[in-house]
Amino acid sequence: MPRENPGEIQRLIDGAVNGNLTRRDVLRRAVVLGLSIPAIAALLAACGDDDDDDDDDDDGGTGAGGDATEMEGDATEEEGGGGDTGDFDFSDVTTPPEVANADTASEYSGASLTYYGDGVGIGNDLDLAMAQKFTEATGIEIEVIPRPQDATETFSTYQRLFQAQSGDMDIMMVDVIWPGSFAQHLADLSEALGDDAGSFYETIMENNTVDGKLVGIPWFGDFGMLYYRTDLAEQYGYDGPPETWDDLEEMATTIQEGEKANDENFWGFVFQGNAYEGLTCDGLEWQASAGGGTIVDQDGNVTLDNAEAAAIFEKIQGWVGNIAPPGVTTYQEEDARNAFQNGQAAFMRNWPYAYSLGQGDDSAVAGNFDVAPLPAQSGSDHVGTVGGWQIGVSEYSQNKEAAIEFAKYLTSADVQKWRAIAASFVPTRPEVAEDPAVIEAMPFLQSLADVVRVVRPSTPAGDLYNEVSTAYFQGLNEILNGSDAEGSVSDMAGDIEFILG
Amino acid sequence: MAEQAAVNPGGEGEGGPLRASDLTRSRTRTAWLLLLPTLLVVAVVAAFPLGQTIYLSFTNERLADLQGPEWIGLDNYRRLLEDDDFHNTIWVTVRFTFITIIAEFILGLVVALVVNSQFKGRGLMRTAMLVPWAIPTVVSAQMWAWMYNDIYGVFNDLLNRRLGIIDQNIAWIADPDYALWAVAAVDIWKTTPFVALLLLAGLQVIPEDIYEAARVDGANKLQQFYKITLPLLVPAIVVTLIFRTLDSLRVFDVFYVMFGARRDTMPMAVYAQNTIVAFSRTGYGSAIAVAIFLIIAIFVVIYVTTLRVERS
Amino acid sequence: MTATARPQTTEAAAERSQVLDTVMNVIKRIPFYLLVVVIAVYLMFPFYWAFRSSITPDADLFATPVQYFPNNPTLENYRAVLSDDNFIRALGNSAIVAASVTLLALMVGAFASYAIGRFTFRGRTPVLYIVLAMTMFPQIAVLGSLYTLITEAGLYNSLWALIFTYMMFTLPFTVWVLTTFFQQMPKELEEAAYVDGATPFQVFYKVLLPLAAPGLVTTGLLAFIAAWNEFLFALSFTQTPDKFTVTLAIFRFEPQTAGGFEIAWGQIMAATIIITLPLIILTLIFQRRILAGLTAGAVKG
Repeated sequence: MPRENPGEIQRLIDGAVNGNLTRRDVLRRAVVLGLSIPAIAALLAACGDDDDDDDDDDDGGTGAGGDATEMEGDATEEEGGGGDTGDFDFSDVTTPPEVANADTASEYSGASLTYYGDGVGIGNDLDLAMAQKFTEATGIEIEVIPRPQDATETFSTYQRLFQAQSGDMDIMMVDVIWPGSFAQHLADLSEALGDDAGSFYETIMENNTVDGKLVGIPWFGDFGMLYYRTDLAEQYGYDGPPETWDDLEEMATTIQEGEKANDENFWGFVFQGNAYEGLTCDGLEWQASAGGGTIVDQDGNVTLDNAEAAAIFEKIQGWVGNIAPPGVTTYQEEDARNAFQNGQAAFMRNWPYAYSLGQGDDSAVAGNFDVAPLPAQSGSDHVGTVGGWQIGVSEYSQNKEAAIEFAKYLTSADVQKWRAIAASFVPTRPEVAEDPAVIEAMPFLQSLADVVRVVRPSTPAGDLYNEVSTAYFQGLNEILNGSDAEGSVSDMAGDIEFILG
Repeated sequence: MAEQAAVNPGGEGEGGPLRASDLTRSRTRTAWLLLLPTLLVVAVVAAFPLGQTIYLSFTNERLADLQGPEWIGLDNYRRLLEDDDFHNTIWVTVRFTFITIIAEFILGLVVALVVNSQFKGRGLMRTAMLVPWAIPTVVSAQMWAWMYNDIYGVFNDLLNRRLGIIDQNIAWIADPDYALWAVAAVDIWKTTPFVALLLLAGLQVIPEDIYEAARVDGANKLQQFYKITLPLLVPAIVVTLIFRTLDSLRVFDVFYVMFGARRDTMPMAVYAQNTIVAFSRTGYGSAIAVAIFLIIAIFVVIYVTTLRVERS
Repeated sequence: MTATARPQTTEAAAERSQVLDTVMNVIKRIPFYLLVVVIAVYLMFPFYWAFRSSITPDADLFATPVQYFPNNPTLENYRAVLSDDNFIRALGNSAIVAASVTLLALMVGAFASYAIGRFTFRGRTPVLYIVLAMTMFPQIAVLGSLYTLITEAGLYNSLWALIFTYMMFTLPFTVWVLTTFFQQMPKELEEAAYVDGATPFQVFYKVLLPLAAPGLVTTGLLAFIAAWNEFLFALSFTQTPDKFTVTLAIFRFEPQTAGGFEIAWGQIMAATIIITLPLIILTLIFQRRILAGLTAGAVKG
């Protein structure tokens, strides 16, 4: 499995650290990756008016490549009792940071926990390493159970365990759309988190708070963004990414027309059009960025059936087979990435993970693309659908306190920084996201700071979310496949109303 | 098919007339003892769950609810009558069944006739025919999905670039105009050899002297086919038809792998599975399952009655 | 044989006509052989394509024009797949499940077939009908309640859940095919044993079972293949990668990179070949047995 590819930036950092790359190499690549040292705006600014204005932003190091070794940002020092992280290597995937809360946690030494973590790949590797580290430091045994790869199936697994009020699962990964469904089964973590609660992005904390109960600590984030080919934009006379969807259409048409001459499989825009959860994310972005509101508002009213939503869906329907490949209605993330990374698409909507992969050695577009906020029709905000995972503790756990300690470790600043640098997991603490070493690994954290995060209607839909989302993506997939947008939108709204009762 | 079991009288009558009833009784006991494990398995994995499914179909059981199921009478079935999504799945399934069965029969018959005649490599061919049948449907679906790929797929390369039959790559799986045909082609590929083998077995029991007699009477090849081969093949055809129809109506794997939760190509079984597993609506999902069961039963009844008419 | 039908003229003419006939014959056979070739290509091409994709490096795989023969063949995909613990575990899981199901179905089924095939008793026909009915109804009809049953029994996400539920579709045809085998055995064998004072069970495993060995092999193979290939129950009753069977492994073949998605067609195809190989070998070795088993039910109907 190609899990050995934590990304180009990773390699860049490794190269710099180990001296495999010359300073010039590092500098060139760093520039290509868009690394610079401006004052760092709050990542995910829309996420909240966090006011912890860290002063670590001039830590430097990014411009002059060799300095990448000095990645021990100040942020880590702020974690109480974090120990000496001064010369800690945050890029080593095999060595997790020290357990800052080891003293408190050791009180529960001898307890054993079952943790539903990442199923496969690097996420699983990191989980195992962290569990081992935590056990060594605290004497709390941890069994890491790989959760099902498919989020919907993880959902069913938890549902069954919760329904049986089973103590077999103490601590688990919780998708950003689940707090509403699982609130009654998850322990309240607000007390345990205490003041530290203020160091996470506020919107995610809000999302995770159900009826005043904090059911999950934000662990890592995700959001939709636009990838575009800088070389092609320049070649065809554009000076930046598209502002509106109309711009994107125009640019994609022009570029595609020109590029088709070389490669008949070149397309303007690729996205996730398959009938699955990913299309719900894409569709929500289209809708919200075109004045079409959301699917369901926070009060549970279905707000999908409106002219703006129908209009933007119809526009995108018109793209399929014209500026988007006809097969886009079966595309998931990887299909889109394959096309883009092979140099066969001018624009792509995707999650942050595609960034480091796109800069990899085997990528045809390394150094020739950048990310930007997704377009928005004039008068609307740029948006990105929020994804990501939280750490929750089961209400039915026999070792709740020990589990909470492990949760605190997993979500601690050091660990988030390590996961960000070593494996490109987007941090949920502004202080970490603003850390220069992290910014260096993921420069888009900075360029996408102003984007409005839109959330899927998981809170109002509660445990009916799967059905609501299915009705939405099925209808949307049919629109993309040619059914009448206006009629379908009204049908979808009707279906969702029926589901919500 | 069941009749033949009744033909054999078993190992009876060894003990003489006086002991016969005792022996019969003891043998009956032994027989039931031998059957016990099978009956237990049948009860646990089939009979009881089936009863449970029927019961649940009258309830609003949802896995997410902490309280148990509530009896709601025929509500699920009423909802089923108005459920356009479900009606669409019936339509998709029936169309798929017709397309695949017709194609499999025509192609299967051709293959069977070819393999039934003498040629070099016949044995090899017969073995090769088993292979598509033997591999998992999931695997064949993945293999074909890759061949169907809209950009890197071999079909588009072949038809567009090499042969010029189409002038633009076609998204075989994505395009609603081709999707059902695309999935049917996978099933046809996987199952035609199997149908051919069943028909071949039927062909091989037709005695050669019938053909001999026909040739003497001056019947040409075509006449021989219509007058001898086809009529004598009817039993094999009917059995194969029933097997294939049952399989097609409950098709799940290939659709699930290729289309996931897409609605315009969703067959009945995927709809039921989705309702039960992804939505945790065990009650409504059970009603769907019962409906599928009934629909399949209708087909079986139709076949069996038609078959009887033909025999008389 | 063609020459005999010719009228006698001169010898030369006869010879000429004979040659002509042979040529004509060959020409007549050309469309036939063409058809044979077309069928062979149709059957084999998808396998060839899977194989060629499995030895093509990603860079060539995701490039157009498509290469019909890989220019830079590589075993990298196989290396990747075989060094993937989850995939290896899935192979192991499938082997365990399929083997257990086969053994269990044969054991349970052989008893039942012996009873149905060699004993006369009231209720024999209904039993056979009930067993046969099991093959008729769709797996989906019991999915929901089996799901509940398995959860309540604490078997959810365990291989036991699969071993147990796979009996639903393996047992009926095992009973069915083995019954025909037992029926075909000569009565005299059994009688001789009874005269020697053997009990029915001794008769069963000392006399009849060895004779039924070919039938056991056939049904065992069919059961094994059916269990190895099953998807719906595996999809519904297991959740975590460590319990996946091969069909699930291939369906969910998404080696996770940092963000979580990956579709590597080269590796999928390599996995496909690996999964298919044991089946192909089994079919090649036992093709006669399998054919016999498959057609046993159909032709006699």
